[in-house]
Amino acid sequence: MEIKVKYFGSIAEETGKAEETISLQNGISEVQEFIAFIFKKYGLSDEGTVQIAVNQVIQSEGRIQYGDEVAFLPPYAGG
Amino acid sequence: MNSFERYSRQIQLSEIGIKGQQKLAQAKVLIVGVGGLGCSVAQHLVAVGVGIIGLLDHDLVDISNLNRQILFTESDVGKQKVEVAKEALVKMNDQVQIHAFHEQLSFEKALDLFPGYDIIIDGTDNFQTKYLINDASVLTNKPWVYASIYKYQGQLSVFNYENGPTYRCLYPKINSGNISCEEIGVLGVLPAILGTMQASEAIKIILQIGQVLSGKLFILDLLTWGEQQIIFSRSESQVRIAKCRKKNEHKGNRSFNASSMVYLDIREMMDKSIDPDKKVLHIPLNQLDNRHIEIPRDVPVHVYCQSGTRSRKAIEQLSEKYGFQNLINVNGGIQSLTYE
Repeated sequence: MEIKVKYFGSIAEETGKAEETISLQNGISEVQEFIAFIFKKYGLSDEGTVQIAVNQVIQSEGRIQYGDEVAFLPPYAGG
Repeated sequence: MNSFERYSRQIQLSEIGIKGQQKLAQAKVLIVGVGGLGCSVAQHLVAVGVGIIGLLDHDLVDISNLNRQILFTESDVGKQKVEVAKEALVKMNDQVQIHAFHEQLSFEKALDLFPGYDIIIDGTDNFQTKYLINDASVLTNKPWVYASIYKYQGQLSVFNYENGPTYRCLYPKINSGNISCEEIGVLGVLPAILGTMQASEAIKIILQIGQVLSGKLFILDLLTWGEQQIIFSRSESQVRIAKCRKKNEHKGNRSFNASSMVYLDIREMMDKSIDPDKKVLHIPLNQLDNRHIEIPRDVPVHVYCQSGTRSRKAIEQLSEKYGFQNLINVNGGIQSLTYE
């Protein structure tokens, strides 16, 4: 199952990339599981403030499906 | 000066016309933070003829501001940002009234100032003030135009617009670290671009034209031209948290002196008391949801239980649900506080 992932702000720096396509073969079917998988994969240091969008809609629950686009959106503070 | 001629290029637009120009002239916009974003927003709102513009910032001009804060010049270094900005803006357009507030935004100040304006613009550089603007905007029923920047990327949205989603609906959990331009750097043109977009949203709100960016987060990456529009919706529980803030802060201020050391005891049974000279508020853990408004927010509050475990849980609960940022856990529990 292929999932397109986009990383923004500080998260993109931690993962070292702005986007990638991930092939899932490990039984992940829920958005929550996918988020945990990415956090573990890159050792992300967020305190729970990063928001997740699935197909451009803020959503952190539900099923993840082939072709979905998942975005990791940390808040920015600069002005 | 002839106003019609001055604004003729926008009056020509069928969506604006003379009527639209009058709406702009009657509009009142408050810009919180006169940095990279604020300078850019202010310039554009003044140029299009917004009637009254408030500028609030407690900072002085620093030499390192000049790469992006384009209302300031080398000879302004060390002067108050709001005063320098006011002078520059009046030179651009003397028909616009500028109100300058050289101070930091407190919650009380926000509740006092916001009712006098139609739209609030966020030009701040820290999370605490963004939540403060959000909560005060909800309480005073004002839309606010948000932007924030990170290196080469910017975020833009309009919150609390016609009962639309708020900042807390997008980001419910407060980030404790502020990553500012000072610490990580920023490309000079980035705040100018986002600030111009904020001005554009403010103008659309005033004129009631087009589609306001409510319920959508726009993200732009200047390096890659990557852009995204993320949809999010209003969460009534998050709006309630914003509304709760008023009661909290007022009650807190009334019952405690700001210089005193305050303790919160969350034990159900009080078999042992700490030093009687200390100010102790006693709210058992299971009553926190009903009585959290009694806890002050303007002084550090040391929270304790028997061992330090449940007080940690209480702090998590109070911070997450009600946005407390001033709670400190007494790690060793009551034992570490008593005199025996």
